[in-house]
Amino acid sequence: MRMLINSPETVVADALRGMAAAHPELDVDVERRIVVRRDVRGGGRVGVVSGGGSGHEPLHAGFVGYGMLSAACPGEVFTSPVPDQMLRAATAVDSGQGVLFILKNYTGDVLNFEMAAELADEDGIRIERVLVNDDVAVTDSLHTAGRRGTGATLFVEKIAGAAAEEGAPLDRVAALARRVNAASRSFGVALGPCTTPAKGSPTFDLPEGELELGIGIHGEPGRERRPMMTAREIAEVAVGAVLQELDEVGPADGPVLALVNGMGATPLLELYGFHAEVARVLAERGVPVARALVGNYVTALDMAGCSVTLCRADDELLRLWDAPVQTTALRWGR
Amino acid sequence: MRDAEFFGRWMAAVAVSVEREADRLTELDSPIGDADHGSNLLRGFLAVRAALDAGVPPSPGAVLQLAGRTLIGAVGGASGPLYGTLLRRTGKELGDAPEVSDDALRKALYAGVGAVAQLGGAAPGDKTMLDALVPGVAALSTSYRAAAEAALNGALATVPLQARKGRASYLGERSIGHQDPGATSAALLLGALADTADSADAAAPAEDGE
Repeated sequence: MRMLINSPETVVADALRGMAAAHPELDVDVERRIVVRRDVRGGGRVGVVSGGGSGHEPLHAGFVGYGMLSAACPGEVFTSPVPDQMLRAATAVDSGQGVLFILKNYTGDVLNFEMAAELADEDGIRIERVLVNDDVAVTDSLHTAGRRGTGATLFVEKIAGAAAEEGAPLDRVAALARRVNAASRSFGVALGPCTTPAKGSPTFDLPEGELELGIGIHGEPGRERRPMMTAREIAEVAVGAVLQELDEVGPADGPVLALVNGMGATPLLELYGFHAEVARVLAERGVPVARALVGNYVTALDMAGCSVTLCRADDELLRLWDAPVQTTALRWGR
Repeated sequence: MRDAEFFGRWMAAVAVSVEREADRLTELDSPIGDADHGSNLLRGFLAVRAALDAGVPPSPGAVLQLAGRTLIGAVGGASGPLYGTLLRRTGKELGDAPEVSDDALRKALYAGVGAVAQLGGAAPGDKTMLDALVPGVAALSTSYRAAAEAALNGALATVPLQARKGRASYLGERSIGHQDPGATSAALLLGALADTADSADAAAPAEDGE
């Protein structure tokens, strides 16, 4: 194992110390593991709190700031945070207008956020929860834990954060977040496994010349293994899978927000090349891309590969997407 | 009858076996999960041990409730709430009696396992910790050792199953052929109970009843 860490036990706390040192505009509680916007207190606005395992950076702490998240609670690597963390985050950002919890559909996140919501309710904080579950590689049935939350988390957090920044009330921020999730679908591909600090070796074996289709964001293998494909072929499969489900939720020729997201170890040179193919496939199918974002946003440590997320966007969602944002990882218009 | 000290020793014994097996649990969690089950449970049970070192609560029920709360606060993921709920609910069922019978513990564990099934929405056969807990608790009516063995067999029997809950469910058929890490750690919990009972009964052979 060659990792730039002190020890597997301290990896999350060390990263938070570094974040605090680099970004004085963030209020980083290393011990309790919450990252809060310094300018959020007394803002009189709905709080937007997200959280999940660490190892997906910049998700979520990198999206704390003006126009996006009020606070984030990072858990251990690939492990959801605990209810106490979420409750503290909610308490830190609540100004009486309530708090929206944004969580991804994984058993641990759901259970811990559920407990946190109960505790917050007992403390008199109004909580709404939005579950992100955009991954088309998983069948949403009684016989799975339901579709995973992946790249759409970025869309949901940005648009909910913009609405909260404008002063929208809690039920409206929550409704928008749910609408974004319902209009978004993702598909991921791995060209290699990742290495968790706790294990110190790759999470699965992927022989040279093969790739995994339908991965999530936790270094787990996908639904299917195939011989290596070109970027063009991967784009056909990924965009095809996403559009097939997306056609059920909106006009087939409506504009989309497009995210080509790196899993952590794939260079931008490849991601942009891949995006060229994604854009080509979408153009061929008559789907206009209203906005595109290419980069490492919802990662899985050092996993190689990428995911494609598309969101059918109307004028309102586009306006909120374009609204100014100032976080460490996403910044425009301000 | 079992007192709070017995339950404290049980939790300490779980910490010891999780410490011993942490790498194996993480290894089992690699091909079908996210390679953190051992390190997460270890963090949790070390916190439980620290909490009990600071003072063992006065009743068996309080010991398990403290352990459960500690796991929820220290572990995260799915195993924190699920193991936390198992111990908290079992502890609540035991109430605040200073000593409990083996029969009362059996009934309380039965309720604890029911709470886990409800929280996780899972059933035996889904390739989860329930595949060890359900047969384990059923065998408690025979003996603690029988329960430990049934739980271990239940964990081994998860190998050919297809996961329907938790992160392994995302792999579909590819989850087949791997032993479930949650069922494996659940077997450790009942194994530690049997070990604790064995050493207590060896020390006090005059104990009546069972």
